[in-house]
Parts: sequence; structure tokens; C-alpha cells
Amino acid sequence: MSDWPKVRLHVVTGKGGTGKSTVASALALALAGRGKNVLLCEVEGRQGIARMFDVDPLPYEERRLTTGLPDDSGSRGVVHALHIDAESALLEYLSMYYRLGRAGRALDRFGVIEFATTIAPGVRDVLLSGKVYEAVERNSRNKGAQQYDAVVLDAPPTGRISQFLNVGEEVSGLAKMGPIKSQSDTMMTLFRSPRTAVHLVTVLEEMPVQETADGIAELRKARLPVGGVIVNQVRPRDLDAEDLAAARAGALDRSQIESDLDEAGIAGGAGLVDSLLFEAADHAERRALEDSQRELVARLDVPTYELPRIAAGIDLGALYELAGELRKQGLA
Amino acid sequence: MSRQSGAHTRARSRVGPSGSPAGALDVDALLDDPGTRIIVCCGSGGVGKTTTSAALALRAAERGRKVVVLTIDPARRLAQSMGIKELDNTPRPVSGVSADGSGSLDAMMLDMKRTFDEVVESQASPEKAQQILANPFYVALSSSFAGTQEYMAMEKLGQLYRDAQRTGTYDLIVVDTPPSRSALDFLDAPERLSSFLDGRFVRLMLAPARGPAKLMTAGFSLITNAMTKILGAQFLKDLQMFIAALDTVFGGFRQRAQQTYSLLKADDTAFLVVAAPEPDALREAAYFVERLTDDAMPLAGLIVNRASPQPSGTLSAAEALAGAERLRRTSPDSLTAGLLRLHADRTSMVERERVLREQFHTAHPQVAAAVVPALAGDVHDLDGLRRIGDLLAKGAG
Repeated sequence: MSDWPKVRLHVVTGKGGTGKSTVASALALALAGRGKNVLLCEVEGRQGIARMFDVDPLPYEERRLTTGLPDDSGSRGVVHALHIDAESALLEYLSMYYRLGRAGRALDRFGVIEFATTIAPGVRDVLLSGKVYEAVERNSRNKGAQQYDAVVLDAPPTGRISQFLNVGEEVSGLAKMGPIKSQSDTMMTLFRSPRTAVHLVTVLEEMPVQETADGIAELRKARLPVGGVIVNQVRPRDLDAEDLAAARAGALDRSQIESDLDEAGIAGGAGLVDSLLFEAADHAERRALEDSQRELVARLDVPTYELPRIAAGIDLGALYELAGELRKQGLA
Repeated sequence: MSRQSGAHTRARSRVGPSGSPAGALDVDALLDDPGTRIIVCCGSGGVGKTTTSAALALRAAERGRKVVVLTIDPARRLAQSMGIKELDNTPRPVSGVSADGSGSLDAMMLDMKRTFDEVVESQASPEKAQQILANPFYVALSSSFAGTQEYMAMEKLGQLYRDAQRTGTYDLIVVDTPPSRSALDFLDAPERLSSFLDGRFVRLMLAPARGPAKLMTAGFSLITNAMTKILGAQFLKDLQMFIAALDTVFGGFRQRAQQTYSLLKADDTAFLVVAAPEPDALREAAYFVERLTDDAMPLAGLIVNRASPQPSGTLSAAEALAGAERLRRTSPDSLTAGLLRLHADRTSMVERERVLREQFHTAHPQVAAAVVPALAGDVHDLDGLRRIGDLLAKGAG
């Protein structure tokens, strides 16, 4: 059972290098249960979704990407993907809302589109998040468009997420009235509602955990709904607490290990035992650091989810495996 | 962008498609070379770029260079480790640097908005400057993160360099760059500014102020009408004022951007691309390498941070896993089985990273690389930075 049944828009953020795109993709797979349609979108121009799922680069157009993670009965939904870029979003917005026709083309010809999307401050974010809003709140202007049960956004990193979603703030300095103002207000209503959740991805290291804490504080200040914290790339837990302590103290039972290795038919002698003990001590040190960071994460007082580190790297199979974890733990 | 053909002789071999295959990156040789006057660290977010910049700066100082390190948004602990408490755009001496001879280390954090304000103030009359600083477009532009930070980092670098040339305070500047692909936007800055200023949009926006009514074409009124409809009249008025005001100072901007560009291209600059042994980070690194090579920028090499520690011994992952399985069959919570699984995990991580690095090297054989193993904890003090400096110097491989 999902912890977030009301959420239609899942925003996934995280510090660089924590695996934010991996988690967003796995979450989309996990949400696409029986009969569900889920949209996975990216806004940073990196074509990360296409790479992750090994498909051709995505256009500014919703595409069927893959099927979701099957449930117990084997039924599954569909994951769609969309690569949002600011220029296309602006042109689409203009034609959807203003039917500008000749003036729209003139805007492009005179470089207004380029100005608005690259130089005019804040406009970029509003266009990107505006398209995300449109995908969640489909209306009659976008005829025949697919309706989604959930939208997952592979969002900008933690340091920029509040600014990115706080479009009302960005626009208010520039447009004090008029349609843009009221549209950005409507967007804020969704982004601040319980139908949105901003999930933060972290790893159990000092800097990312600190940045997650700062990000949560900023989101709360901007009255944006904080979702869960996904702790990614957690080290394997093949040793129990007692063995870890012994490994740190250099007190593991050498002769036991030697005879076990013999029993398992592994030759290597004292050298192998030395290296296993050294690796155990190193692992124990890192596990201890992880544990202290895990305590800090627990103090953030938001639901947490843990995903294992996958030593062989992330491929499609690994994404489904992570999706299974997320569903089991209740993020989806 | 005007690309100067490199006719001058070069002290250091520059990386390029024609370069011969490179092996290890000799960090100490780079730091010790008095011809290295600027080191720019670039790479995607989360790869330890800021820490690498700080560690390189400290190592250079302790090897006798007079160094200033320009950091952008450092983590609190790292800033503390260098004794920088505030973001005030002023280089401050770092205490505890054990430079017995002539070396020294100053550190500063970039204040993006203040740097921008100063440029405006230095380019415009006081009255005009006030007008620009108060314009809502300027306020948003100078404090928003997208793009501005990159330009301002390079502007600050240019200032530091000119000051250093004049006063001789520093003989090496180490610069951290913002964590984005647009970190290389500064390469396009001169061209972007020019095409923007000479673009039809700006000319049209400026037309009413400049007079000739014939520029007020039908196309333009279509645009202004459309923009007024969407954004409101006040928006357009602010925008027009902003562009008119900036037009007077943009010439100066363009010139400075051009200067910084040539500075970066010069032989005394060295770019280091920082990455982690992850597909995404290395892909970004490849993008940086290609971009720098295309612009004939002096790329010194690649630093791969956060490498997994090498397992010792020759036991393969498969053998270790098979052994663990056998042991678990008789005793499910066998300690040795756990150790073997850990060994297998570590071996396959290292193997995967090696393959990734080799793929990078195959695609970019001319790029020298250094590999730095992941530390267990974060850097809290100068000793931590020193350790990273040692690893950087040893990491040739």
C-alpha cells in the first residue's frame, strides 16, 4: 500500500551524483501498476531517460517508454516519457493559449523566443514547470492528450528545487498582473497541494545528507510539500553489528576464517585471510559512517526509503529491481 | 567565435585530437610549473570539484606557490576547513598552511550578485548604474542561478588575474566552476552577448528610444502587442528600460568577456576535468573534454575522484560468491561467507569502474588521468585537504 495515495505529481530531486534520475525512473516503473498510465519527464536537457532506458533521444512529445513493474497478478501499466525544453514549451504555450498565429512566428523570427528562454531570468523555470503542470492538470485546450494517473519529474538538483517550483515568486517581480500572473498562481496551487510531493534522494555521506536537510528546510519555508527521503546506494549488509565491531577492532576470528575457506574449497592461505580482514575493517569503518548519517536522516522526521547499491551498475533489470523495492517499501 | 590560430610556442603540450596518447596526469609537475598561472576545475555536480580545487590550491601553496582559490558555493565544512566564514568576494589568508618558503594560500567565495553589480558600476555613470541596479529584470538576472554564476566566476577570475599581474600578490589562481554543463557557457559568452546585442530584438526594443520611426515595422508592433497581451504593459516598459540601460554598458561586457576568453585560452591556463567513475559523470566529462578541445582550450587532464578501493589479492568475484554460497548452505550466518560476499561486491565495483575508465580512455586517449580513491569521510580540516592532495599526486594511473 502506497504511503502517498493522493499524490499525482512526484517531484524527485537530490544532490548531484546521488542517483536522482535512477530513482525517478524506478519510481515511475513502480507507480505503473495495473491499468495505470504514468508520465516520466525530465527538464534538464541531458536525455537521461533515453540513456537509462536505452532508447533514442526523446523529442518534445509524449512517448510510450515501457511497461511498468508487474503486480502480484502479473498485470502492469504503461510508463510514458517526455523531454521538456523551454523553447518548445513556450511555443506550445503560445499556440495553446493565444493562438498567436502570425505574431507567434514573428516572435520567433525576432529572437524573442530565444531571449525569453535563455536570457530572460526565471522564465525558463516557469516554462518547464508550466509544462509539468499541464501534464498533471490536462484541460480541454490540449485535445486528445493522454491523461495520467501520476507524473514523475526528474527535477533540478536539491540546491535549486525550491526556486524551480516557486514560480509564483519568480514571476511576481516581473509580471504583476495579467494572464501570466494568474496562471502561475494556479500552478502554485497544485505545487503546494497534497497532490504534489517533493522527494529527496541522498546517499549516506555527510555533504548530501546536509544538503538534504537544508533542502527540506527551504521547501518548508516555501510551503512546498516535502515527500520522502530516498537513501540510495546503501552498502550491502553482509556482516552483523557484532562482526562489524570486531572487524573495526581487528578482533575477527582468524583461524575460523581460515578453516571456513578450506571448507569452501578456496585456496589463498594467510594472504587471502589478511586481505579479507583488511577489507572487513575498511567496510566496517564506512558502515559506521553510514550509520551515523542514517541517524541524521531519521531525525529529519520524514518517511525514508532505502535502496541498495548495485555493484554491477544500473541497467534496465536493476531499474525494475529498485522499482520493486520502492513498491515494497511504500513509496509507490 | 573567433578562433585564433595558435601560432605561438607552447610551454606545455596541449591536448587535442592530434595529441599522442597520454598516460598519467602528473599533478605536482603541473602545480610546480611557474608557467601554470590559472587552473580551472570543471565537471558535473557531486564529483568533488570544490574539494579538488581546494586540495590542489593547498598543495601548490605548500610547494611554494602564491595561490588564491576561488570557490563557488562550497559546502559549509569545506569552507570552515579553509577558514572562510562569509561570502564576501574578498580573498582571505588561510591559516595553518605550512609553506616554509615563499608559498601562501588565500581563499574566497564568489558573491555572484556583488560581482555583477560592480561590473555595472564600473561601466556606467553613477546615475545610469542606479537605474540598472533597481530594474526588476536586472535584479532577477543578477541573482538567479542559471547562467549568471558562470559569467561572474569568469569575470572574477579576470579581475583576480589582472590584479595579480599588477601587484604580484599571486602567481597561481585555482578556480572552481559551478556544477553544471553551462559551466562552459562562458566559452560562448562573447558570442552570445554579441549576437544578443546585434540581434533584431534588441535593436527593435531600442528603436523608440533611438528615434527613426521607420524601424517601427509592422512586425514589431505585432510583437509588442502580443507581449503586452501576455505579460502586461508594465513588463514591456521595464524590459525596454532594462535593455536601453544595459546597451550602454554591454559594450564593456563584451570586451571583458573577450578578454577572459583569450586569458583562458592562453598557455598559462590549465583546465582539469573532474569526474567520478560513474557513467553519467564520465559522460559529462567527455562532453567537457570535447567542448574544450573544440575551442582549443588548454586541457591538462582528467581527475577521477571517489574511486572504489582496490581489493587485495586475486580471488575473483565469481569464486568468492561460489565459496560464500557453499558456506551458507551449511551455516546460514557464516562470517566468512559475509566476508567473501563483501569481497565479491568490492571486486565487481572496481571492475566496473575500470571498464568505464578504459572506455573513456579509448575515446579520448590524449587525456592524461589521475585516479583518487574515495575517502571514508568528508574533509573537515587542512589535514584532510592535504591527504587529498597527496592522493592526487599519487593518483597517476
